[in-house]
Amino acid sequence: MNFEFNDDQRMLRDQARRFLLDKSPPAVVRETLETDQAYDKDLWRQFGEMGWLGAAIPEVYGGSGLGHLELCVIAEELGRALAPTPFASSIYLGAEALMTAGSEEQKQSYLPDIATGAAIWCLALSEGPRPATEKNITTSVSDGKLSGEKLPVADGDIADQAIVVAKDGSADGALAGLYIVDLNGAGVERTTVDSVDPTRSQARLVFRDAPAEKLGDEGWPLLERIQDRAAVLMAFEQVGGAEMAMEMAKEYAMGRYAFGRPIAGYQAIKHRLADMYIQTELARSNCYYGAWALSTDAAELAVAAATARVSATEAYHFASKENIQIHGGMGFTWEFNCHLYYRRSRNLALALGSQRRWKDRLIRALERRNAA
Amino acid sequence: MDFADTQDETAFREKARGFLAENAENKANAKRTNGTGWNKDEALAAAQLWQAKKFDAGFAGLTMPTEYGGQGLSPIMQVIYHQEEADYVTPRGVYEIGLGMCIPTMFAYATEAQKQRFAKPALRGEEIWCQLFSEPAGGSDLAGLRTRAERDRNADDADWVINGQKIWTSGAQFSDYAILVARSDFDVPKHKGLTFFFLSMKSPGIEIRPIKQVSGAANFNEVYFTDVRIPDSQRLGAVGEGWKVSLTTLMNERFAVGIAPAPDFEEVFDLVRNTELEDGPALDNALVRDRLADWYVRQQGLRNAHFRTMTALSKGGTPGPESSINKVVSAVKYQDISFFGTDMQEMAGIITDPEIAAMDGLFQTGVLSSPGYRIAGGTDEILRSIIAERVLGLPQDVRLDKEGAFRDLPTGQD
Repeated sequence: MNFEFNDDQRMLRDQARRFLLDKSPPAVVRETLETDQAYDKDLWRQFGEMGWLGAAIPEVYGGSGLGHLELCVIAEELGRALAPTPFASSIYLGAEALMTAGSEEQKQSYLPDIATGAAIWCLALSEGPRPATEKNITTSVSDGKLSGEKLPVADGDIADQAIVVAKDGSADGALAGLYIVDLNGAGVERTTVDSVDPTRSQARLVFRDAPAEKLGDEGWPLLERIQDRAAVLMAFEQVGGAEMAMEMAKEYAMGRYAFGRPIAGYQAIKHRLADMYIQTELARSNCYYGAWALSTDAAELAVAAATARVSATEAYHFASKENIQIHGGMGFTWEFNCHLYYRRSRNLALALGSQRRWKDRLIRALERRNAA
Repeated sequence: MDFADTQDETAFREKARGFLAENAENKANAKRTNGTGWNKDEALAAAQLWQAKKFDAGFAGLTMPTEYGGQGLSPIMQVIYHQEEADYVTPRGVYEIGLGMCIPTMFAYATEAQKQRFAKPALRGEEIWCQLFSEPAGGSDLAGLRTRAERDRNADDADWVINGQKIWTSGAQFSDYAILVARSDFDVPKHKGLTFFFLSMKSPGIEIRPIKQVSGAANFNEVYFTDVRIPDSQRLGAVGEGWKVSLTTLMNERFAVGIAPAPDFEEVFDLVRNTELEDGPALDNALVRDRLADWYVRQQGLRNAHFRTMTALSKGGTPGPESSINKVVSAVKYQDISFFGTDMQEMAGIITDPEIAAMDGLFQTGVLSSPGYRIAGGTDEILRSIIAERVLGLPQDVRLDKEGAFRDLPTGQD
């Protein structure tokens, strides 16, 4: 039994934590929150130089070839530091999609730029306030030209390439497929939209006969497989954020005196912190199982990913809202950093689809496993 | 990351599997039973037979020293054995307190001759032990106990005389020996006036009364002491240091008190798959799916935390946080699943008759048994305080009982 990260992976975590404490402190995160800057370009460039962006990309495609466990380690630290970069869009979704379904030619032509950070990728799936299901997709492709509207697209305003989910033709019952669209090319209009978490950008993309290139042959099942992979990585970010919110709450409660003693000594606070700890540890344990399934391409990936995602979403939600509560009035001010975690928690919880849908997806995966 | 055993672990797992396959009934083939009923004579006899079999095959006292009849193995082997045994119907429970808590305390504090005398019969299941700790005035606040231990005369080796009452003593009715903590000095601060003993449960002056629980079973007892004599040679630890000895026992309790019983996710999933609601199969109902997902991720969280603990143990480390969160999560889940399972049966959910109720009344039994799991071995609240103080390092609660003589502390009884 070896169900922990190894010494090298732990060393990578320590290095990443130190680097991000130095380069992505709250002041840096706030620059993206408070200005028009969509992401921290300097940080992004350094992620490329250090080989983080290409951690799971094989060396033949310009990556550092470390592996997915190493990418999980990095993801947790990015979550702790709230790093204001398009990491999830470009790496968890873009690079994973290309590695999962790209042709040899596509991998060779696209992955090297993703690994250096020269190109940013995103996934364009949602079409407004309704569930993104195969039936609901109206964006369509005919003769290699894609048309339709996607909203919101995380990092869609800054990305160079998008993987767009669209139907092959506009006939009833047409099946969805995945298409690569050059966002700097013809037929693409993009606008930034305001969101709950301005430390990450969201966009509306309108396509009018934009040239589109097919990615893989499978369509919707492929999309779900890519989402499973991204869900594990994002769950590590969520656990990192949840643990940081818990640590903030603990530190504040230890130093904040009321009625003659630290509030951390009152059971109402102690027990809530214990609950944060319980939820975070359960989520972390589920994430480890997800990491194992991701790194070994196990048949359990669908179950493991949904399990990690559901518990990490729950843990981050609880820790980030109760962190504000334990801080009292100060926790509700712009000045304190509690809201940065609260915002990010909501962002990540919605980014791959709602908790309701992931729970449903988990039960579906269990039904399939049971039937097999 | 991988789930592979080491070579030694593989060999041991194979050996355990072989033993279990030959000597016990696999759960997959067994009929589900309703409750343990381990106070019945035949259940006790079955438990003794099983323990003796385990001992003879080398599966009792896995982590205990070989010179006292144990196997001298590392804790990881204990975990592996438990994993394998979990697939079989075995009469467990009777020996968990004795081997999990009492004998380890004996190892830490008894004389060499006493260890030689008591370890092996306990391991073979010939002698059953119980733990006399909790009292009406000392539950969560264990150190508030008031059972008196007085010296008969002042000689160094004089007998002790015990008077008072213990409560919630599991298995007292069939135990041969017990460990006991009592108050030997009422004039010093609370934690400094306790002394620790072991004694025969057949000693004159002991009276045992079963406590009928909400579930109708009687696993616990009240134990009354009237001038019960204990030789000084059966004192464990120094006079006045009983609290320190108790902590050794309680440290072991954190590992002995396990996960709550079925119904867990598998059983409720099973029920749901066989239930038809007003608008179709229960498994198609969104609310039902939402709840199922909640329980699955909790169950898996505990299972995966357990893998992390195993990893630590396998490398010779100490268990992680799992031991403190296990019960707090699984006891509430047990209760919630039981309620939900009766809800699934609509108005008929009230019926306990195993001939009528779904799955032999498993969920109805859970409704009536689960409140006890949230209390026994540390309440939900005490366990949260333990996590807060020992894992997160938060300050202790305000205490009004640390200074002054124990006899002057308010009791609310005046």
